[in-house]
Amino acid sequence: MSTNFKTPTASARGLGSAKSGTGHHIKQRVSAIALLFLIPWFLYAVIAASRGGYDGATAWLAQPWNAILMILTLGAAFYHMRLGMQVVIEDYIQKAGMKQGLLILNTFACVGLFTATALSVLKVWISAGL
Amino acid sequence: MSGSEWTDPRPMSPHLQVWKWHWTMASSIFHRVSGVGNYLGALLVSAWLIALASGAEAYGTVEAVMLHPVGQILLFFWLVSVLFHLANGLRHLIWDGPKAGFDPKAASMWSIVNFAFGIVAAAIIWSLATNLF
Repeated sequence: MSTNFKTPTASARGLGSAKSGTGHHIKQRVSAIALLFLIPWFLYAVIAASRGGYDGATAWLAQPWNAILMILTLGAAFYHMRLGMQVVIEDYIQKAGMKQGLLILNTFACVGLFTATALSVLKVWISAGL
Repeated sequence: MSGSEWTDPRPMSPHLQVWKWHWTMASSIFHRVSGVGNYLGALLVSAWLIALASGAEAYGTVEAVMLHPVGQILLFFWLVSVLFHLANGLRHLIWDGPKAGFDPKAASMWSIVNFAFGIVAAAIIWSLATNLF
C-alpha cells in the first residue's frame, strides 16, 4: 500500500466502478454495430434457407458467402448475448452463489452454442464440397 | 467477489414498482425484455442449425416444430422481439455516438416509433415470407 502514490480518484478514473464497466460497455456497442448489419441479412437468410426443406437449406448454407456471414452473425450474436445476459443476471439476482452460478452458466451456454452452431455450419459447407 | 457469501441488500434495478409507466420507460424495459427474448430465440436458431448438420431426420423434427402453429406463434414473437431490439439498439448507438434524441418529446416519439417498427416490420416480413416463398 505504501508504494502506491496515486490518489484513489486517479486509480479509478476511466476504469468504471468495478474497473470493467467501460470495457463491457464498449464491447456491447461494437458487437451491436456488427449486428446492425448482420441481423437484417440473417432474417432474410433464415427465411430464404428454410423455404426449401432439408435439401434447400443445406444447399443454401453450403454457399461460401452464406456460411461465412452465418458464422460472423453467430459470433457477434452470442458475444452480444453473453454481455447482455450478464448485466440482467447482475441486476436481478441478489444471492451471491446463485448469481455466480448463473453467470458461469451464461458463459458456458453462449460459448458452447457458438462452437456447436459454427461447427454445424462448417460441416454443411465442407460436406457439400464447394 | 468470487466465492464471497456477501449478498447486496440494496434494491435491484430497474425497480419496476417505483416507475411511472411512460413510453420512454416502456421502451427501456422492453429493450431488456426483448433482449432476453432474443436469447431464447437464439436457442431455437441453434437447434435449427445443429439439426441441419445432423441430417434429414433431425432437420425434419425441428422443421415440424417450426411449422406447428405454436412454433409459428413463437417465431412471430421472436421476429417482433428481434426487430424492436434492433430499432431500439440503433437508438442506443445514436444516443452514445452523435448524442441526439434526448429531449423529452423526441425521446417519447422515438420510443413509439420503435414499438411500431417492431410490430409493422414483423408483419410485413412475415407476410412476404409466407406469400412470396
